[in-house]
Amino acid sequence: MSTAERRNAESPAPGDRPGAGDWRRPGFLARYLTPKEPIPRKVAAALAVSSFVVVIGIWSILSYGGLVRPYFLPGPWKVATTLYTMFADEGFAHDVWASFFRIGVGFLLSAAIGIPLGIAIGSFRAVQAFFEPIIAAVRYMPASAFIPLLIIWFGIADTEKIAVIYIGVFFPLTLMVADVSANIPKELLNIAYTLGASRWQVFRRVLVPASWPGVLDNLRIGLGWAWTYLIVAELVAASTGIGHVILTASRFFQTEKIIAGIVTIGALGLLTDAFFRWLYRVLFPYAERLGR
Amino acid sequence: MVFETRGGEVQALDDVTVEIDDAHFVCIVGASGCGKSTLLNIMAGLIRPTAGTIEVGGRPVEGPGADRGMVFQSYTLFPWLKVRENVEFGPALKGASKEERRRTADRLLEEMGLVEFARAYPRELSGGMKQRVAIARALANDPQVLLMDEPFGALDALTRAGAQRFLTEIWEQHRRTIAFVTHDIDEAIYLGDTVYVMSRRPGRIREVVQVDISRPRSLDDIGTPRFAELKHHILSLIFEDLDAPAEPASAA
Repeated sequence: MSTAERRNAESPAPGDRPGAGDWRRPGFLARYLTPKEPIPRKVAAALAVSSFVVVIGIWSILSYGGLVRPYFLPGPWKVATTLYTMFADEGFAHDVWASFFRIGVGFLLSAAIGIPLGIAIGSFRAVQAFFEPIIAAVRYMPASAFIPLLIIWFGIADTEKIAVIYIGVFFPLTLMVADVSANIPKELLNIAYTLGASRWQVFRRVLVPASWPGVLDNLRIGLGWAWTYLIVAELVAASTGIGHVILTASRFFQTEKIIAGIVTIGALGLLTDAFFRWLYRVLFPYAERLGR
Repeated sequence: MVFETRGGEVQALDDVTVEIDDAHFVCIVGASGCGKSTLLNIMAGLIRPTAGTIEVGGRPVEGPGADRGMVFQSYTLFPWLKVRENVEFGPALKGASKEERRRTADRLLEEMGLVEFARAYPRELSGGMKQRVAIARALANDPQVLLMDEPFGALDALTRAGAQRFLTEIWEQHRRTIAFVTHDIDEAIYLGDTVYVMSRRPGRIREVVQVDISRPRSLDDIGTPRFAELKHHILSLIFEDLDAPAEPASAA
């Protein structure tokens, strides 16, 4: 029984409940584990850091404690020094750039076509009736299943990787953007009509700006998919890229290199995610929900 | 007015005639589901009636237009525009010059007591302030008619009382034709020159009540015997209707 609960049991006052409603000195549990209640910033930051500490800690115990042979799981330090040598001596930056470039082009292409099409699908019933069934069907075909076909069509250079990313991102992204603009409240459009807006003005001045925050949210999610599909494509066949480095390392049983590659992908993902959060705050200062 | 639903057609309104004199304040009251909002949306041109016409200043209405400004119950400010830009939205659509828009917005924000919030985003405003911006936005178009669909319905009782007093002041200044839908009978009597009492299913005009309380009105009018009399009368009309057996839906 926590302190908060015990106190309540001792003095059951009417309307007394633990958590948010309990204004006396709260116990540890009530302070940090009340649903939806904020916790101090410092505590949140400390918890975030400690999650990494825990993971690296367990990893250290397993490897340095000799529980797992270094052949299967090299220690964190070994991975860190390997990562340094990869960048310093083995031209890993070139591979990172190759992956980054493919993501950039594939993702931008998907967004450039998916966003306008998605907004159009969400806004116009006729566009929806035409595009939605086919896109919904293709969405369920895994992009990775297209890789053999795309290799036949495009070879194993950048074009094939970009095509895989495109197929993997474009279809779901379009439908999610369509959802965003379909959920713009009708009242917002009606009020624009009563202010004298034409159909085109309602689309351009209300539907499109109202959709942007939701669109950016989905771009952030879509970028995660892009990374996944890129690495899958590079693992199947590539001559450069992070996935290629990981696959080569696997052939030579260089476990530490594989882990270093995976960590790099994680770090890049975290960076791009932070970039999108920052973009959201800068572009949409009016949004009710900031960050997340 | 007939609505098509999955269960067949539902007649929402039947043989409703509302005539609003220029610069009059008309309130439409009725129990929920009587079709009063439908009626207002038809006036706005947002819903096409299955039969009948709407005319503004003798010209038939063929869709929504800037001559009929609308204020909804829900906060319909554009969240990505600042308060001033929200107010300027209508004039900007018409292609008004920058100075002209600015003048209009400045004047209205001054009247609404919102000058210091001109550069705020709607999310920073309270519910009452949001509705004042919504009224300013509608007035910025200089409409012939202002249509208000339970505009204070989402406000708490005290804010609401303030908003009502505020609206009478605005009306005294602008003398705009207003059609105001509400289910709050006190509000209807306090604000309106005329109160249309509607019955339900299909919605009909039950009675037209003239509010013979002199203007300008104040809080003191709410306690008068005449006010209580009018309220009792309107309430009894609505209760009679609620107690009456439901009419079978007549398909049109």
